[in-house]
Formats: sequence, structure tokens, C-alpha cells
Amino acid sequence: MSIEIKNLTKVYGTQKAIDGISFSIGAGEIVGFLGPNGAGKSTTMKILSGYIPQTSGNASVLGMDVAKEPLKIKQRVGYLPELNPLYNEMYIKEYLQFNADIYKIKNAKEAIEHVIEITGLTLERKKKIGQLSKGYRQRVGLAQALLNNPDVLILDEPTSGLDPNQMTEIRKLIVDLGKDKTILLSTHIMQEVEAMCSRVIIINKGKIVADDQVGNIKNRLKNNSKTIRVKFRDAIELAKLEGQSGVEAVVPMDAHVYEVTAGNGVDLAELLFKFAIASNTIITEQMELSESLENVFHQLTKNV
Amino acid sequence: MYSIFKKEIRSFLSSLIAYVVIVVFLLLNGLFTWVFADGNVLTLGYANLDVLFYMAPWIFIFLISAITMRAISEEIKQGTYEILGTKPLTDLNIILGKFFSAVVLVFFAVVPTFIYFYSIYQLGLPKGNIDVGATWGSYIGLILLGASYAAIGLFASAVTPNQIVAFIFSMVLCFFFYVGFQQLSNLNLFGGNDSIVQSLGIQYHYDSISRGVVDTRDLVYFGSLITFFLGLTYLALDSRKW
Repeated sequence: MSIEIKNLTKVYGTQKAIDGISFSIGAGEIVGFLGPNGAGKSTTMKILSGYIPQTSGNASVLGMDVAKEPLKIKQRVGYLPELNPLYNEMYIKEYLQFNADIYKIKNAKEAIEHVIEITGLTLERKKKIGQLSKGYRQRVGLAQALLNNPDVLILDEPTSGLDPNQMTEIRKLIVDLGKDKTILLSTHIMQEVEAMCSRVIIINKGKIVADDQVGNIKNRLKNNSKTIRVKFRDAIELAKLEGQSGVEAVVPMDAHVYEVTAGNGVDLAELLFKFAIASNTIITEQMELSESLENVFHQLTKNV
Repeated sequence: MYSIFKKEIRSFLSSLIAYVVIVVFLLLNGLFTWVFADGNVLTLGYANLDVLFYMAPWIFIFLISAITMRAISEEIKQGTYEILGTKPLTDLNIILGKFFSAVVLVFFAVVPTFIYFYSIYQLGLPKGNIDVGATWGSYIGLILLGASYAAIGLFASAVTPNQIVAFIFSMVLCFFFYVGFQQLSNLNLFGGNDSIVQSLGIQYHYDSISRGVVDTRDLVYFGSLITFFLGLTYLALDSRKW
């Protein structure tokens, strides 16, 4: 196992940040670590990266106990903290050279060139970190995490604050890296997990509330109500649509546009298609509204 | 440790801190030693550098506190200490790297004053009429004093993320350790133990080395003081993780 956690607990003062969590991640897995703010994601990641000690329980990375062999682990782990703190007064290459010195990398120059290239920093390489946009700062954070060619990558919200294009690029990079590395990444965004991860661990109030393959988690959502935004060519009778079997709610949005919610097990698309025919009209637009992460959390944590 | 040392030295050079510290130190000492009417070398007419070695510890209280105030507090405030804490470095590596970089800066501030020594050596009547042993002793004392201030400054920087608070706290501690014990002993509050209280202060040992005899007791004192404050710095950093 690349990462193994057993009954891990961290207490700050009187507050339990994480409460007896356990999970393990095999070599080569990309695992998404989801949770609302304050759920315990960052605390878990800080313990795994050797920055803070746990209060009780065990955490091991690459078969080594984080409490007993932190330096050996740190040599083989890459870590990107949540706020991506950087030295603004340093040049990118200077900062990476500083990191290379810490890791005592022999071919530092080649290693620095390599991470600059794969993180897409080539055009900005001669700039000071303080001059960079948020997206490029995030790349610098990733570059320092990758410099030692780590076996395990721990990325705390690697795409937060990025624009959609930057997000796509960083996600692609992470997926590429995941081909030969174990990656644990935290995020708030469900689609991000779908795009990158094979497995997802959901944590809430310091406890794990779900740990499953992404497909299985999605199935859980499918078992719940579904909403489709639909636009008919002509006017329809609202009461008739509301009266359809299985329809839970119809919200008029615009001219001939409605958001229709149907309950568990109803094929809403088929229902709307048949309704349009029966109403002598056609559907000109149709879009399934995806579940928001807040809803996922609400569903997964309401019984905790 | 070397990686941190190198980074700090680069940071001093790129942020002008090094140049400002060295220039201010030399300017103030130069003025007191050669220009200001009260007690400059030329007026007094004695071939020694007593003015320099009297003023330098006071100037260092300000300058070394200014050098060290951001050393750790800034890392904590900006969050970069988290990056360092997840690299294959121990807290001790980080502390020592920062400590030695400050000491090197102190050393490079002091080195140009060798010109003063050379000038007086040449101006002496007869030429070379200066107590060389005492002067070198004073230089060694000044570097050790600077190193002690650096250790105190690092500690002050580790207990608060606010640079200004660290600066003031460092100055207060340096001031107390430089003259505080001396002044306490002068109050005769400790009966027969006054001499012990006096020997806890930096000034007592600085004066002792300045006489030109590098006594083991003085070296042990400075070594212990530096170790004590670096140890406190370590504890202050370690306590943040719990």
C-alpha cells in the first residue's frame, strides 16, 4: 500500500479535526478526497506529508510510519498545500533550485527544466513568483511538489482558484502523472473527481462517510431525484405536466422553459418526450441538471 | 541546513537588507569613531578602538533584531513554513540555516571596520602603537555578541507571526541580556550572589574577551546562551504543531 491510515485522530485543543479515520490507497491509484471546509481533509494531508503529528492512530506512506521516519517519507512524497504558499521575491528557477538543494538532487538543472516543461511554466520561467497569475503560481506549487520525482503526490485543492482552461490543463497533468504515481487530491468539485479519480473518499466532520469507486458513488446519486431543464416549441398546459405520474415538481423558468423534477426510478427524458407528443409539440432544448456537491454532501452526511 | 543558509543569504542580498545593515552599521560606527566631537579617536588621542567596541553592541541591538525579525515570523505568516515542514529538513536544519546566515551577515558588517584598525595602526605614534591582542579579542567578542543577538532574534521571530512584535521583543531581550544583568547586580539585591547575576549578562563576558584574553568560560557562556535561545526557538516551532 502506498498510503495506509488506521484509526487516525487529530485533536486541536478540544476540537477533533479528524476522528478515527481509516483508509488505504494502493500504488498507482488516483483518489479524490472530498469534503466541505473544515471536514478534516487538510489535516489528514498534513499528517501524511509529515508536517504535523497525529494525536493517535497510525499513518504510513510507502510502508514507512510518518511518525518514525518522516525525513525518508518527505524525500519521496510531493506535497502541494491548500493555500500554495510561495516566496514571492524569488524567481521561479531560483525557487526550484532552492527545492533541489533541499532534496540534494544530483542533476538539478535537468530536473528543474523537466518540471518547468511539464507544468507549462516555460514562457514564465524568468519571472519572479510575485509577478505570476494565480494559475501560474499553482503550477509553480505543482513544480516544487514534482521536483523530487515523488512516488506519492498529496495535492490539497490543486485547482482551486483556476479558470476553466487552467483547470482542464492541471487536471490533464495530474491524470498524466497518475500513470506512475499514487495521488491523493482534495477538492470541492465533484466533476473534478469524475475527470481524474478512480476512487473517492468523502469526509465530513472528521469522519469518513463514503469510500468507493467513482461509478458507485454516482449510482448513489442516480437513485435520487433527477431534474431536467426542458424547452418546448409551443405553450403547454402546466397542470397537465405536473399531473404526469412520477413528476415531483415543475418550475416555469422562461417562455416554454421548465425545470422538471422526477422521483426515484422515473425515466424523466422518456416521460418528457411522450408528454411533448401528447401535447402536439416538440422539445427544442433539453439539459439534465447535475447534482451539486452540496446536495451530495447533504445526502451522504444527513444521518451522521 | 546549507540549502536554508544559501536561501537566506540570497534573500538578504536580493532584498537589500544586507546592504542596508552593513551601510548603517558602518556609517554609525564611522561617525562615532571618527567624526562626532565627543570622544572620537582623533580627539581623544589614544590609539585604540574603544569607541567602536563600545557603540557596536548598542547598534547591533537594532540591526540584528531587524535582520532576524522576519526570519521565522514571515515564514509562518506567509505559510511557507508549511512547505519547509514537508521537505526533508528538520526544524533544527531550518533554525541553524537561518542562524548562520545572520551570523555571516554580522561578520560581513564587522569586517570593513578592519580598515579602522589598520588606520589607527598606521596613525599610532610610534607606528603600530595599538594593543593588537585586545583589539582582536574585542573583534571575537563582538562576533560572539552578534551571534548571541541573532539567536535571541530568531527566538523572538518564532514566537509571533508579527514582524514588528518580533523586532521589539528581540530588542528588549537583547537589551536585557546585554546590560540587564549588569544593572541588576548594581542594585545589590542579591547579596553575595551579585557577581553571579552579573556574569549572566553578555556585557560581563564581552568586556572580559575585549581585554584580549579569550577565556574558555566566556566561550562556554556565549555557546550556552546561543544554544539556549536556539533551543527555545526549536520548542516554539515545535509547539505550533500540536
